[in-house]
Amino acid sequence: MEARVTAATEGVRARRLGHFLDSEQWLGWLMIGPAIVYILLLVGFPFFLALFYSVSDVTVGSTTMSFVGLENFKRALDDSTFQRALWNTFIFAIVSNVIVLVLAKILALALLKDFRGKWVVRLLILLPWVAPISLGSIGWLWIFDSIYSIVNWTFRAVGIFGPHTWPIWLGQPHLAMASVITVHVWRLLPLATVILLAGLTSIPNDIHDAAAVDGAGFWRHLFEITIPLVMPIMLVAVLFGIVFTFTDMIVIYVMTRGGPYHTTEVLASYAFFTGIDGGDLAQGAAIALFLFPVLAACAMLLLRVARRAEVA
Amino acid sequence: MSLQRLKLWGAKGGHFGIVAAFTIFAAFPFYWMLITTFKETRDLLNTKNNPFLFNDPPTLEHLRILFLETEYGQWLWNTAWVGLLVVAITLLLAVPAGYALARLTGRRGEQLGIGIFLTYLIPPTILFIPFSRIIGTLGLQDSLWSLVLVYPSFTIPFCTWLLMGFFKAIPRDLEEAAMIDGLSRFGAFVKVVLPMSVAGLLTVVIFSFTLVMQEFVYALTFISAVSNFTVSVGVPTFLVRGDVYFWGSLMAACFIASVPIAIVYNLFVDRFIAGFTVGAVK
Repeated sequence: MEARVTAATEGVRARRLGHFLDSEQWLGWLMIGPAIVYILLLVGFPFFLALFYSVSDVTVGSTTMSFVGLENFKRALDDSTFQRALWNTFIFAIVSNVIVLVLAKILALALLKDFRGKWVVRLLILLPWVAPISLGSIGWLWIFDSIYSIVNWTFRAVGIFGPHTWPIWLGQPHLAMASVITVHVWRLLPLATVILLAGLTSIPNDIHDAAAVDGAGFWRHLFEITIPLVMPIMLVAVLFGIVFTFTDMIVIYVMTRGGPYHTTEVLASYAFFTGIDGGDLAQGAAIALFLFPVLAACAMLLLRVARRAEVA
Repeated sequence: MSLQRLKLWGAKGGHFGIVAAFTIFAAFPFYWMLITTFKETRDLLNTKNNPFLFNDPPTLEHLRILFLETEYGQWLWNTAWVGLLVVAITLLLAVPAGYALARLTGRRGEQLGIGIFLTYLIPPTILFIPFSRIIGTLGLQDSLWSLVLVYPSFTIPFCTWLLMGFFKAIPRDLEEAAMIDGLSRFGAFVKVVLPMSVAGLLTVVIFSFTLVMQEFVYALTFISAVSNFTVSVGVPTFLVRGDVYFWGSLMAACFIASVPIAIVYNLFVDRFIAGFTVGAVK
């Protein structure tokens, strides 16, 4: 319906502008051309090069390369460190996003109310998202330090840890994984919260009023009205969250370097250590490409959200 | 006191508790950086001391070391310089592209716009391996120019998308009136639309700049000389070396590069969100 109306107005404008139309389209493509060329050269071309490398035997120093088929992918799948990295990538992305979603929902509902000092609170809550994550991770490195950890000191001071409990957060596999997830949650929570907040604010007030008149309690209201209405935008928040955690190597690189014993390795960090530090570009490219299917799925879902928003 | 009153106070207290808990979780690492910056090393490294207090008087020694004995100042400068150039390239390419998508290319342009936006989802962690070779072939390894060349590949897609949204929100009548008055389409864009979009352009400047500050993977891959690092790579790779951590200077370095930009970003955050939500919020 809307499309037809736009088409009609466009028809009127076309007649009004008459001879401008041809040159306008030409101008349009001229204005967007440079951006497209840049993206093709600096995203498209390297991406195809990555595909190409992944089926070759190229290394940092090599001058020739030959086609090896799916050898690199096979080698990756047989490698136990790779399997661990693949598993960790999913665990980190899924666990941290589930936690983020629940916490962001609570925080966004709390921030919906007006209170004094709200802008300071919002500024402080946004900090983890804006600060370079490589630097934020160093902050956490100090907080989780093996000897001077403030977390351990506080827990011991208030009596939660006894005199013999002193966890080495980044030195024990499960604790290291928990620490990495904590940092991901810390980092993503602001983005998810402001996205959800935008969604919550866009719900018209009369819907809430109608529900209150009909006698819906807090939980019923939350699950039958608020959550369904912000569903599309929650999906957007989750998809971005997944993209960011799934492809991240910074937190791992700064906090654990994949250790102890590769137990926190993820695809991106393993690709870096193999391809750049180890010089095996082909193998590194193959490892990194395992990220692609999930990214493509996220992109497709985002596309559907955008389409539906267009129709509505 | 009536029961209702009590309930109201309870709700208020609960609300305050939730907001306070989240704020502490988000801001504590930065608070901790700030405290650590001004503490004597022997205070930091004495496990018997209460770490929340200054057991020795505050010191500026860590800041002195950071700025006079490391290349931190150079890294800040490098970051600012790369950021400035990337912002310029981004504006130059994304502003006309955003306008074309908003006004000139019609239905096909809309799909193209979504396509451009989606390239933002292809992460550096897939592209850095081919790039390491491309940059080598171009002779740009270990040069800040490599970053100036590559960074717009992730700022342009998102900024084009943001700008398309801004331009769509400007009423068409204004340009059409200007064109009836004799301006060309491009003239109307430059003289009518751009002056009205200053807020949008500023948003793009801030957003691109923060993306440049945060970038880590490419800089880690391309740059190896200490004096060519950007802040986000220099601090974790060069200041964290071996087993001896200079926590005071390290935390100062993190705090200084994190907090000021966040304050500026905060002013524009609602506009970024409008971009992130791909039109799902109206």
